[in-house]
Amino acid sequence: MSLISCQDVTFSYEGRNVITGLNFAVDKGDYLCIVGENGSGKSTLIKGILQLKAANKGFLTLGDGLRLNEIGYLPQQTNVQKDFPASVWEVVLSGCLNALGYKPFFGKNEITRANEQMQTLHISNLRNCCYRDLSGGQQQRVLLARALCASHKLLVLDEPVTGLDPVVTMQFYHLLKEINRAQGVSIIMVTHDIKEAVSQADHILHLHNKQLYFGSVSGYMNTALGKFFSGGGQDACNLR
Amino acid sequence: MLAIFVEMFSYDFILRALIVGVLVSLCSALLGVSLVLKRYSMIGDGLSHVGFSALAFAMVLNIAPLYVAIPVVVVAAFLLLRLSENGKIRGDAAIAMISSGALALGVFAISITKGMNVDMSSYMFGSILAMDNSDVVLSICLSIMVLCLFAIFYNRIFAVTFDENFARATGINAERYNALIAFLSAVTIVLGMRMMGALLISSLIVFPPLSSMQIFKTFRNVVLSSALLSVGCFLLGLCVSYLWATPTGASVVMANILAFLFFYSIGFARDRMKG
Ligand SMILES: Nc1ncnc2c1ncn2[C@@H]1O[C@H](COP(=O)(O)OP(=O)(O)OP(=O)(O)O)[C@@H](O)[C@H]1O
Ligand SMILES: [Mg+2]
Repeated sequence: MSLISCQDVTFSYEGRNVITGLNFAVDKGDYLCIVGENGSGKSTLIKGILQLKAANKGFLTLGDGLRLNEIGYLPQQTNVQKDFPASVWEVVLSGCLNALGYKPFFGKNEITRANEQMQTLHISNLRNCCYRDLSGGQQQRVLLARALCASHKLLVLDEPVTGLDPVVTMQFYHLLKEINRAQGVSIIMVTHDIKEAVSQADHILHLHNKQLYFGSVSGYMNTALGKFFSGGGQDACNLR
Repeated sequence: MLAIFVEMFSYDFILRALIVGVLVSLCSALLGVSLVLKRYSMIGDGLSHVGFSALAFAMVLNIAPLYVAIPVVVVAAFLLLRLSENGKIRGDAAIAMISSGALALGVFAISITKGMNVDMSSYMFGSILAMDNSDVVLSICLSIMVLCLFAIFYNRIFAVTFDENFARATGINAERYNALIAFLSAVTIVLGMRMMGALLISSLIVFPPLSSMQIFKTFRNVVLSSALLSVGCFLLGLCVSYLWATPTGASVVMANILAFLFFYSIGFARDRMKG
């Protein structure tokens, strides 16, 4: 059974269909990139996966023992207020909350876990810093650490590299790949960078208000669509 | 000096005010951090006006005021929360409408049945004499409940305050904790309202967290500082009000204003020094 499976799913806002005909599955250890232009319904699908939005048609099911509180999430925009007083440690640790069950306070397990994730992302030295004083790239790492704390199984990332410089972006992709390979965490990532998507992921889902392609990366490269978008980064940019 | 304090606390009503005031200051400062950060400060203000109206009706109907006000304000808190979460209706306008409407309703009810009298201004601006022993016992029980629930749910309250969407997405029931925050605020506001006054109680919620945020940069430190500051300001205000015979509510608010100015200038100076 797959972690996530979609059968003929449609999402709509106020009666207007945003995406239709979704048919795909994500298995354990998969690395899926969702691509498509602005407004093609990527974030909507992410909301559906996180059960923040119900499917208007079809079935979107979590399987393989995956529960809702076992998904880590990195949102496209985090509406954290500018003046919020919170240390990096507090933010990362808050990711462990969904594993707490009925316990009121964090125990040894959660603290170890949060420390490990901070080491993985090289932010241990920022531990006592105020989240709002960090640079965009550092904040993104903190939020990724929080997302990792929230899940051993599945990470859902919505355009995680927005606002990161090229070097940090590359590091970020390496990190994700590492987490995917070493820890066996499945990843679903929305991105506009089709070239990177093709080189990092093992599955591609191309949306344009309907499902244009779903399958392996090599299959995608053989389609006209894949050739077109991944061929020259420049062309794809111009087209968008 | 010492003699003055001994004399002051030999009065029963001051002792009652001290106990309830310290507890309410603690509760309101703790919840205030979350309310201010969630941009719910106005809800506190709205609730106190609804509370005034409830007290007025209790007076008209001759019922013990806390037993009317607590349920009414709790219901109002859930309603206001709904309104401000629902993007379609302008939340702030709705709160302004409800709070001024409630105030008017209360004033109207009292003046029709009893005529304008002293009690009304004591409800609006607070009175240290307002509480009897049974009120004190109820207040102690309820504020200890608020403190315990806040401590137990501290980590969850942080999570839904910091990033509600993330909390929701990772399977945490954010609505439940928002409702908890609203419930606890409602109880705290009603408890503090008699002493501080309907028009002044929301300052207990807003000032200590805002002052603390000028200096402290982690949630835990802001919560702790806010609690200490709030109690300190209350004690100062109570002494001032005894020595100069000023209204307690207003004196406590004055102490909070001074504390805010002090914290603000420290924060300002520190940022300057860092360059
Ligand atoms: N809350 C909402 N209410 C109504 N319509 C919405 C809402 N959110 C999104 N939409 C519409 O749904 C469509 C898809 O939006 P979505 O955010 O899923 O796009 P996206 O693929 O994530 O785009 P981007 O690349 O800009 O992030 C858009 O046309 C948008 O106008
Ligand atoms: Mg999007």
